[in-house]
Amino acid sequence: MPNTYQVISSVTVGSGGAANIEFTSIPQTYTDLVLKISGRFTVDSASAFLRYNGTTTNGSSRWIEGSGSSASSSTDGSNQYGPVHGIVNSTKTASTFGNAEIYIPNYTSSNNKSSSSDGVTENNGTSTTMALGANLWSNTAAITSIQIVPAAGGNFVQYSTAVLYGIKNS
Amino acid sequence: MTATAIEVNCATGEVTERSLTAAEIAEREAMAAEYAAQKAQEDAAKAAAQAAKESANAKLAALGLTAEEIAALTK
Repeated sequence: MPNTYQVISSVTVGSGGAANIEFTSIPQTYTDLVLKISGRFTVDSASAFLRYNGTTTNGSSRWIEGSGSSASSSTDGSNQYGPVHGIVNSTKTASTFGNAEIYIPNYTSSNNKSSSSDGVTENNGTSTTMALGANLWSNTAAITSIQIVPAAGGNFVQYSTAVLYGIKNS
Repeated sequence: MTATAIEVNCATGEVTERSLTAAEIAEREAMAAEYAAQKAQEDAAKAAAQAAKESANAKLAALGLTAEEIAALTK
């Protein structure tokens, strides 16, 4: 891993679970951000929304998804950015967590903010879900905070983790 | 269980947990209801598609196609 790839902050959810996780006061000294999530939800949904700077408007998303036996694509109409797929839902193999990563380039620029996301889940060795998404936040403000919110209103379970990395281009 | 939010201050490294506000709780409930409605719609669409597929396969079989021939047509 290049030495320009640095951990900004990380968190592990405690025994009470968490309705959302938010990184605030994100330093404006990097070129790109990477958010990695290892998570499991208490509800039957593998999706989460990302909210930048505490807002819930001007977002759009398109993603493709494959299960190993079928494939689909969809557009998110929630007007929030994400969604992030690949966080294990409550119906999957007990005590397993899904992996998701969101890459946010040029988060301090005065252009609209695009991002890509990918995620995978597993279910008892019999099925899996893999998703790849393209997301856009049509807002020119620099990103100073990121909130991760379960899309179906559940909680992150204990031991879910989120790590925010900063990447410099030099 | 009281729902809590976790905030990580990247400038200080401080991690704080707080209870959700009434507005946040209401939003969570609305999101859950919306998701349930959306999932029910998706499940119904999947069930309808599966039923249509099975019906089509049965009609093809009635025309005399073998299972291998039907698979060749539908894959």
